[in-house]
Amino acid sequence: MTDKIIKPSSLISRRTTLKGVGAAAGAGLISATAPGFVRYAQAQTSAPIKLGLELHRTGIGASYGRWYERVANAAVKIINDEGGINGRPVQLIVEDDGTDPKRGAEVIEKFATQHKVDLVFGTLFSNVVVGAAPRAGELKMPYLVVSEGTHVSSGSLNRYCFQPGITDVRSQVTAMAPFMTKNLGKKVTMMFPDYAFGYDHRDNLPAAIKAQGGEVVEMIAVPPTETSFTRYLPRIPANTDVLYHVMVGPSVLTFVTELGEFYGSQHPAIFGFIDSIEAVDLKTPQLDFLEGSYFWEGNPRYAQKDQSQWDKLYRAAVGVDDTGASVHDPKDISTYAHMYGVWETLFVIKQAMQKAGYQGPQDKAKFIEALESFDKFEEGRDHPQGDKIFNGKNHQAYGHQNISKVESGRLNVVHRTAIEDGGPQTTADYTKMAL
Amino acid sequence: MIQSRQSAVIILHIAAILLLFVLQFVLPDYHQLAMTRVMVLAIFAMGYNMLFGYTGLLSLGHAMFFAAGLYGAGLTAYYFGWSVPVAFVAGIGSGFVLSLVIGLVSLRTSGVAFMIVTMMFAQVAYLTTTYFTDYTRGEEGLVLPQAARSFDLLGVHFDLTSAVLRYNLSLVLLAATVAITLLIVRGPLGRALVAIRENEPRTVMLGYDTFRLKLMAVTLSGTISAMAGATYALLFAYIGAGFATIQYSIEALLFTLLGGAGTVLGPLVGTAAMFYLIDIASSYTVAYMLAVGIALVLLVLFFPKGILGTIRERWLPWLP
Repeated sequence: MTDKIIKPSSLISRRTTLKGVGAAAGAGLISATAPGFVRYAQAQTSAPIKLGLELHRTGIGASYGRWYERVANAAVKIINDEGGINGRPVQLIVEDDGTDPKRGAEVIEKFATQHKVDLVFGTLFSNVVVGAAPRAGELKMPYLVVSEGTHVSSGSLNRYCFQPGITDVRSQVTAMAPFMTKNLGKKVTMMFPDYAFGYDHRDNLPAAIKAQGGEVVEMIAVPPTETSFTRYLPRIPANTDVLYHVMVGPSVLTFVTELGEFYGSQHPAIFGFIDSIEAVDLKTPQLDFLEGSYFWEGNPRYAQKDQSQWDKLYRAAVGVDDTGASVHDPKDISTYAHMYGVWETLFVIKQAMQKAGYQGPQDKAKFIEALESFDKFEEGRDHPQGDKIFNGKNHQAYGHQNISKVESGRLNVVHRTAIEDGGPQTTADYTKMAL
Repeated sequence: MIQSRQSAVIILHIAAILLLFVLQFVLPDYHQLAMTRVMVLAIFAMGYNMLFGYTGLLSLGHAMFFAAGLYGAGLTAYYFGWSVPVAFVAGIGSGFVLSLVIGLVSLRTSGVAFMIVTMMFAQVAYLTTTYFTDYTRGEEGLVLPQAARSFDLLGVHFDLTSAVLRYNLSLVLLAATVAITLLIVRGPLGRALVAIRENEPRTVMLGYDTFRLKLMAVTLSGTISAMAGATYALLFAYIGAGFATIQYSIEALLFTLLGGAGTVLGPLVGTAAMFYLIDIASSYTVAYMLAVGIALVLLVLFFPKGILGTIRERWLPWLP
């Protein structure tokens, strides 16, 4: 691991307390009426640009967090090898939020006031994003998430929150719906976690299917703590053409096994979001039942026949082989479908800082406005997943989506959507908010 | 002698509040923000301590009272646009009603059964927050609107995005909780509650209606916990089902045990110690919860009565 953690520099100690008291005495009562007076000036221009990576190192999102960190380190290495940003090196500072919204908010405060980072990025789980976003806005801390959640584009957060590296779930499912209804069937049953990210699927898929002349016949919400699914499976209507699932965590193996036992060889078409098996080896025996089923993938886990040079470069840089596993350990499966978002976000940060002539926290407003001025990102080294359009008003990027089929234990892309398939963008406008 | 001890108690607690007030001028920014959260969570732990520390009733469901305050304040501010003070009162009211009802039902049990019943009610409360996701957005939660980030009271404008205001509001509420707790535990009611903790059959024999007293303790405890929840929602602008999980019930118990159950300031000390244990340990290792666990095991082994509980036992027997 190449963690770059800055140890807390201002923990309460006898010395810092005495120093503060001494400074208070020196500054006199006038300054003492302004709490928090021991603030100090931000680093000067020769100092590194400090990027706070709010990471799910522990908790339910830990498998994602591990790979998000590796991708961030790989991208930062390239940026620094090329001279940093505006002539300044980039330094990553990592804090674990435990995949917990309360801790997420605390971590934002720590980044802003103790580490004094220039911005924070990388948060995945939407409950953590929603919990931390108000603090980011109030501390005027740019917060670039890699979450897929529809929270940013919905307009419910604030001007400092962006999602420039990955498409939101609303657009993802809208882009998936035509493929499902045309190729797999019109009657869809959803099984989704009764937990944060499950709601975006619950809220957006029915309308997307209906728009294609189909129908969601049953919605089965499963508590995330559930370890057996046998009592939910009988709720799947017999006339279901497509079973749509978005499960998460170790229970997905039980889910697939029990699904196989429930259906046997006769079953509806199965369409899942790769979230169900991110970081899980497809060759795991319990997953045999998934053969022939379909998955959404942001970025295809397996190197495809028409693999772009950019994916080849990116894959090598983050240490992932052609099957989506770590080059150091074939059992260590990456979260390949999502983690490109961290890479692309970092290069968007670089691009925006360059455009803004960013020199330090005093330029945060310029940075935000530079980000908002983007309208597209071209496919290339910085955007290996593909080109994207960016909506500077709702702060959300929109890209291509991949639909892959499980064939002989690997995922082969059978359809790649156009960006426009994601449907109309939300009309939220953060630019009306004050900076 | 008694008079001087009484003065010492009052001076000690006023000094603790004054110390917290002065700390905001000394602490670096991050710790100022951190202490704001610590004070709010300490109010929660003090509410818990009222029931566990002084009455001897071990609840594993206090997250539901915290969540009642959180949602009572947060949802009314979010959906009805209630002003911050009104939403705050709504949060406290939610906690009062819930704790009264839960008390009436759960106090028909005692000991381990009480613990299980409160835990089950808390689980029901948690599942309720996720069942009505159309309104609560369950685990993902809701961000409070901009209108709920400031309010006017008695002609004064309060901006809740100000770290200084949040710190001092938390401090005022903490001071009020300390004062109320002190008044109760040093008064006749507190002595009766301690009597129940020490020997309930004997308290009954002395003519006390222990059910009524315990119900008062549950309601007081739940209402104070709800006040902490309402404060948390309004100060930090986020409500989510995560706060209703059993983790938060356990945390209130741990804060209290660590600081010293049955001491007024123990929960504050315990909350601060736990916060910084996690904060510092997580800077060094991913296994920070293991480090916290080891610290707690050591504490139980060498300071079974918690930090202030041990200090009271060894040096300051007059500590309330």
